[in-house]
Amino acid sequence: MTFLKLDSLRKHYGAVAALDGVDMTVAPGSRTAIVGPSGCGKTTLLRLIAGFEAPDAGAILLDGEVMADAQGQVPAHLRNIGIVAQDGCLFPHLSVSDNIGFGLKTDREAKRARAGELMEMVGLDPAMLSRKPDQLSGGQQQRVALARALARQPRLMLLDEPFSALDTGLRVATRKAVADVLSSAGITTILVTHDQQEALAFADQLAVMRSGRFVQVGSPRDVYARPVDAATAAFMGEAIVLPADVAGGQAESPLGPLAIDAGGFSGAGSILLRPEQISVRRAEAEDANGTVADVVFGGSTCDTRIVLDGVHAHAFRLDIPNREMLHAGDRVAVSVSGKAHLFR
Amino acid sequence: MSATTDTRVLTAPRYRLPAASSWTLTIAVVVALLALLPLGFVLWAAVATGWDTAVTLIFRGRVAELMVDTILLVLLTIPICTLLAVTLAWLTERTDLPGARLWSWLCVAPLAVPAFVHSYAWVGLWPGIHGLGAGVAISVVAYFPFLFLPVSAAFRLLDPALEDQAASLGLAPVAVFRRVVLPQLRLAVCGGMLLIGLHLLAEYGLFAMIRFDTFTTAIIDQFQSTYNGVAAYMLALVLVLCCLVLLGLEASLRGRRRYARLGPGVARRTKTVRLGRWRYPLLLLPLVTAAFSLGIPALTLGRWLVAGGTAIWRMDEIGLALGQTLVICLIGGFATTAAAVPIAWLSVRRVNRSSRFLEGCYYLASSMPGVVVALALVTVTVRALLPLYQTVATIVLAYVIMFLPRALVSLRASIAQVPVELEQAAASLGRSPGNALWSTTVRLAAPGAAAGVALSSLGIMNELTATQMLAPNGTRTLAMAFWALTSEIDYAGAAPYAVLMVLFSLPLTWLLHHQSKKIAGR
Repeated sequence: MTFLKLDSLRKHYGAVAALDGVDMTVAPGSRTAIVGPSGCGKTTLLRLIAGFEAPDAGAILLDGEVMADAQGQVPAHLRNIGIVAQDGCLFPHLSVSDNIGFGLKTDREAKRARAGELMEMVGLDPAMLSRKPDQLSGGQQQRVALARALARQPRLMLLDEPFSALDTGLRVATRKAVADVLSSAGITTILVTHDQQEALAFADQLAVMRSGRFVQVGSPRDVYARPVDAATAAFMGEAIVLPADVAGGQAESPLGPLAIDAGGFSGAGSILLRPEQISVRRAEAEDANGTVADVVFGGSTCDTRIVLDGVHAHAFRLDIPNREMLHAGDRVAVSVSGKAHLFR
Repeated sequence: MSATTDTRVLTAPRYRLPAASSWTLTIAVVVALLALLPLGFVLWAAVATGWDTAVTLIFRGRVAELMVDTILLVLLTIPICTLLAVTLAWLTERTDLPGARLWSWLCVAPLAVPAFVHSYAWVGLWPGIHGLGAGVAISVVAYFPFLFLPVSAAFRLLDPALEDQAASLGLAPVAVFRRVVLPQLRLAVCGGMLLIGLHLLAEYGLFAMIRFDTFTTAIIDQFQSTYNGVAAYMLALVLVLCCLVLLGLEASLRGRRRYARLGPGVARRTKTVRLGRWRYPLLLLPLVTAAFSLGIPALTLGRWLVAGGTAIWRMDEIGLALGQTLVICLIGGFATTAAAVPIAWLSVRRVNRSSRFLEGCYYLASSMPGVVVALALVTVTVRALLPLYQTVATIVLAYVIMFLPRALVSLRASIAQVPVELEQAAASLGRSPGNALWSTTVRLAAPGAAAGVALSSLGIMNELTATQMLAPNGTRTLAMAFWALTSEIDYAGAAPYAVLMVLFSLPLTWLLHHQSKKIAGR
């Protein structure tokens, strides 16, 4: 079932293509994260969905209704799409209560009552209702912004890097709170972020964006374990990419023969291993297949550089738990569990 | 030999906290006391007159008439100015009006024409014009730029994300303008309205020319005809009370909060509104405004210049007036800026209750009408310091009182841009506090000081009321000469003086427009 459909959206700013043919479908009640480096066009995409800007080409359909296409577009105020911006974007001239009630068309009393409900929903003390936005902390402002966007029971909620202005501890807590509130309200949500961890933790569906295009759309686990290319792999987390000769579901790699996750391909390719698949132990002469080149102490783990044996001397970095106490020059045995991912 | 005698304590000379700031504070307080002299004088006059005399002088028909006229003038002019200025600012800043940049300049340009020259131009075109209607009309074209400047700067500073947010919450464009844009313009509108109100109360030439009586014109008549001290003092008292009422109204309207942009990051550029088929009809508004505020002065001045031919360019007299004006402007401009330095520095570097209070004193002092300042200084010098009566020192003091905020605003903005770390770095490199201040902050704030000198000296050039009452014998500035000639109905002879004032004021408008753009970072 499709709730939101984006159909080959394009948007140019002068000669620069901010969006270069974006397609996506979003299921009702789901949480989608769009992740990509800054400047990849993800905020532009959000502004098109919200209706702040019009696409140059393509169409946006929400719940079967056309929001924008070649014929024209529905203005933002008629879409009922909520948005929470990076800095909360609270109206500085209004109190918290008036901010939350801003979009409601009910009388004053009803507004106040609804604002109180929403404050509890987002986990804030209703006593703050009479404050002005500049008397709140960053996390509180963000929650008020969420409450304001929720007040009208939007059909779709857009989150534009709403946690990036918060410090680390607060970020995780606020993200969890927001995700819970949106889930219990059953509101379809799209989160835009440049933080892959945030995206992985938040989403049912993950879209990786680069230079105005989606390079991969899928479940977070799938995108993490089976990225389309080395750049996506590296963007989603620590990646160890090695060359390999593939034949019959097996890859001959610098780490020896490895099982791979796809068959039907033969020839030279490259494979991806995630750090959690690799174990390293100190080893004697014949067991060893690599040498520790460099160790940077980091507390519970050490950032360790290992050079594999062989004529090409392939090297990779890995955080290794500190109990091994490896030193530069130690001989090690590197082994792999699970299947390697073959890039196509 | 005991161990203690061997122990040498290395001592560098020690100071208490840097003395620089206490000296600065002392100077700032002295300047503030001097600036508050006119206000103090009026209060003294009220007390010295005695209750009974004061009541008979204040509660009489003449004062009531003046009061009604003044209130009507303010109540009619300010709303019209506000409507006109906000509409023009919106058209030039937020829409695709053809030639928006040009119109924006033309909306500021009327400031280059002194108010009494506006009046002279209208009288030249319609000789019979007089009374309240004329006063309101001329005031609107002369003063609406005071609102246009801050409002258009505020339009540029608005964060468009807030408008997007309001739209996403279901507000139609008109509702967004009413509920999000207008409230954020409130500070700019309030400030501009206050400035216009104070000008309406203080202006002499504009209203005298069209025979419309206000408190200011009445005080000057009183002063020139009978030198009836007490009656003039009581009128001044009422005038000062009117100013205080305006200040109080503005303060309560403005509220205590600033509408700072919340959160980090740079605001996205605002979208322009497409006017569609209204694009050309709406051109009529700036066109008509420019016709009245610039066209009429240009037309009248041009006509008189042509009619007068070469005969009106009496170069010896004009040259003398120009020379005297420039000298007095430069002395006044430098003195004003120098007087503003201590409080500007304090208000940036030592932000606390007392520096804010001091700053408030300067603004209060400068909101006193020129006629009150002059009356106070005349009385004080005549009664107590006769050698200073009608000297350059007295008139410069009047200018310092009246124009200090102009220098203060420029100075403070540029001092605030110099990070205090530079001063500290200079100190860590071995400069004394004064030297560190001089070699970093003062150097880097020089452009602001130059702007302060320019703004205040151009204010002085167009000042007529206080100059007339205080100028040393034999002095004849451009404004005084212009006024004397128009009083003799020699409109052609006055034209060259008006042209010179406009020419010298043009850089002022450029500077003001430029500053308002710089505030918005464009």
